[in-house]
Amino acid sequence: MSDHEYTPKSKVGKWFNDRLPLLTLANHLTDYPTPKNLNYWWTFGGILTFCLITQIITGIVLGMHYVAHADLAFQSVEHIMRDVNYGWLIRYVHANGASMFFLAVYIHIFRSLYYGSYKSPREVIWIIGMLIYFLMMATAFMGYVLPWGQMSFWGATVITNLFSAIPLVGESITNWLWGGYSVDNPTLTRFFSLHYLFPFLILGLVVLHIWALHVPGNNNPIGIDIKKPSKDTVPFHPYIVIKDAFALLIFLLIFAFFVFFSPNILGHADNYIEANPLVTPAHIVPEWYLLPFYAILRSVPDKLLGVIAMFAAIFVLVILPWLDTSKVRSTVFRPIYKQFYWFLVADVLILGYVGAMPAEGLYLLIARVATAYYFAHFLIILPFLGMKEKTTPLPLSITEPVLGGSADMAMAKNNLDFKEKL
Amino acid sequence: MKIYLKLTFLFFIISSLILSRAIAAGEQQELLKVDWSFKSFFGKFDRASLQRGYQVYTEVCASCHSLKHLSYRNLAEKGGPEFTELEAKAIASNFEVTDGPNSDGEMFERPAKLSDKFVMPYSNVQEAIAANGGAYPPDMSVLVKARKGGANYIYSVLMGYDDPPAGMELDDGVYYNKYMYGNKIKMSSPLDDDIVEYADGTKATVDQMAKDVTTFLQWTAEPHLETRHKLGFRVIIYLSVLTILVYFSMKKIWSRIETKV
Repeated sequence: MSDHEYTPKSKVGKWFNDRLPLLTLANHLTDYPTPKNLNYWWTFGGILTFCLITQIITGIVLGMHYVAHADLAFQSVEHIMRDVNYGWLIRYVHANGASMFFLAVYIHIFRSLYYGSYKSPREVIWIIGMLIYFLMMATAFMGYVLPWGQMSFWGATVITNLFSAIPLVGESITNWLWGGYSVDNPTLTRFFSLHYLFPFLILGLVVLHIWALHVPGNNNPIGIDIKKPSKDTVPFHPYIVIKDAFALLIFLLIFAFFVFFSPNILGHADNYIEANPLVTPAHIVPEWYLLPFYAILRSVPDKLLGVIAMFAAIFVLVILPWLDTSKVRSTVFRPIYKQFYWFLVADVLILGYVGAMPAEGLYLLIARVATAYYFAHFLIILPFLGMKEKTTPLPLSITEPVLGGSADMAMAKNNLDFKEKL
Repeated sequence: MKIYLKLTFLFFIISSLILSRAIAAGEQQELLKVDWSFKSFFGKFDRASLQRGYQVYTEVCASCHSLKHLSYRNLAEKGGPEFTELEAKAIASNFEVTDGPNSDGEMFERPAKLSDKFVMPYSNVQEAIAANGGAYPPDMSVLVKARKGGANYIYSVLMGYDDPPAGMELDDGVYYNKYMYGNKIKMSSPLDDDIVEYADGTKATVDQMAKDVTTFLQWTAEPHLETRHKLGFRVIIYLSVLTILVYFSMKKIWSRIETKV
C-alpha cells in the first residue's frame, strides 16, 4: 500500500493505533485513490457487498424459525410466511435477494471481461472472485433445497446424481453426499449446515478480494496504468462512496419492486408443492442463474463428459488471465475483441434460454452450438486474437490527451460518456 | 444518460427471458383472465368475496381438500375475510379436534378453538387417496402459488369443465377439463348453480362461486398480500426520495473537481 504515513490526532487514538492499526486501515479505505473515470459498471462491487450482508442478516433470522427436517421444513417455511412477524418480508428478501445477488455478480463479471480487469497485475483478484462465484452457486443451490418443495427435492436429486458419473467411486461419493441411498433427511440437514457456513467463507474471500484489489488499485474504463494518487484519481470517500450509494439505491428500487410486487416471479411454482419422492415434476429446472451451466451439462450426450464440460466452463474462467494474450486491457481499444465480447454475451444468454427448455430437437442443437462457441471463445479466439489484433493507440493518462490521431475519437467519446454519467 | 439506456437494455433482456420462459412453459390453452381486485400495486381483497369464498370452500371443497397451514384465528385477522372474533369462534366450534392427553392420560374430543389449525378432511394422505379414486386432492393452503398462472389458473380449471372433444376416451371417474394439464382431471365439476346459498344475497352462479373461492384461495396462499402492497408502496416512495437526494448530493460533491475529465 502506497499510503502516506498516518498518525491519529488524539492521544487515545494513537495509543490504540500503535497496538492495532485499525485507524490506519480506516484511513487507507477512505483515502484510497480511485480512478476518477470509473463508470457505473464499477458500482457493482459495493452493491454485491450489500447483497452479501443482506443475505447473511435475513438468513440468520430465517434460521431462527426454520426447521431442517424433511417432515417439517415445508411447514416451517409456511410458518415463517404466516405467523412470524414480517416473516414474509424476510423470506421474500432472502429468496429474491439471491436472484439480485446473481444479477449483480453477472454484471460485475462481464464488466471485468469488457475492461480486462482480470489481466496482470490483477489475476489474483480475478481468481478469488471466481472462487466466490463458485461458492455462491453452491450456496444458492443448497439454499434452494431447504424449503423442501418439489423443485428443491428434484433439483437436489439431479445435481447430486451428477457425481455418480465419476468412474469407480461415483456411486460411493453420491451416497456419501446424500448420507443415505437417496436424497432424504440427512441430505437436508447437511445442506442446511453448509448453507449456513458457506456465506461466511464467501465473506472471508470478499475481504481477500478487496485486499487484493487495494494492492494494484482499480482498473478503469481506459484500462491504462495510472499514477496514484494523481490528477487521475479521487479519494474513495466521498467521491466513490456517494456514487456507489446512488447506484445502490437504483438497484434497491428494482429489488424492492420484486420483493413487494412480484415476489414469486423468479421462482418456480412447483416449489410450493411439498417434496414428494414418488412424483417427478414434468420439467426439472434450476434457478435462472444456473441455467447456462445446466444447458452446457445437458448438451453433452455422455453424462461424465457433460459434468466435466460444466465444471470446465467455470475453470476456463479461472485461467482466463492466461488465455487472453492481449496486453491491452480495455475493450475500448480492441475493435475486433469488442465484437467477440458481445457475441459471448449473446451466447451466454442463449445458453440460459435453452437451459430452461426441454433438451430435445432444435433446443438441443442450439445448446450444442452455443456450448461449442463458449469454449471456442476462451480457448481459441482469445489466445489468437491477442496475438493478431491491431489495437488502437492508448492515451497516456486519463486526463492527458492521446498521442497520435486515431485514439482521439475513442478518448473523446469516453470523456463525453463520462461527463454524461456525472 | 447512456448508462440508463444500457440499464434499460439489460432490464429488457432479463424480462424477455423471464417472459419467454413463461410462454414456453405454457403449452396449454391460454387461461381465462379475470381482473382481480388483489392484482396491481394497490391491490386489495374484496372482503365480501373472501367471506363468500370461505363459504364455498367449507361447503364444497373442504370435504376433500385440506387447508392445513391455516388456523381458525386467521379468519378474523386483518387483511383476510375479517370475520368478527365471535363469528370466527363460532366457525371453529363447528369442528371437533382431538386433544390430550388429559390428566387421566386419555385423548379426548373437544370443539375447535381459534388457535387450532383447520381440521383436515382425512387423517392421512393414504386415506385421502383411497377415498378419491387414486387421486390425491392437494392441500389448498398455497395452491394458488403452486400453479403456473396462479389465480387465473384456479379460476380457469373451475370454469373449464366441458364435454370431451370427439375421439377422446375417458376412463370412469376421469373428467375433461380445458385448462387442466393433460386435459384430464379426476375431480368432477365441483360447482353447480345455487349449490351454496350466500347470506348476503349474491346470486350463486358457477362463475361467481369460482371467483369467490379463487379470491379466498389467493388469500390463504398470501395472507399478508395487503400489508405487502401497502408497505411496498411506502418503500418505493422512500427509496425514490432518497435516490433523488443522493443524486443531487453526488452532483454537488463531484462538482468540487475542476476537471470533469
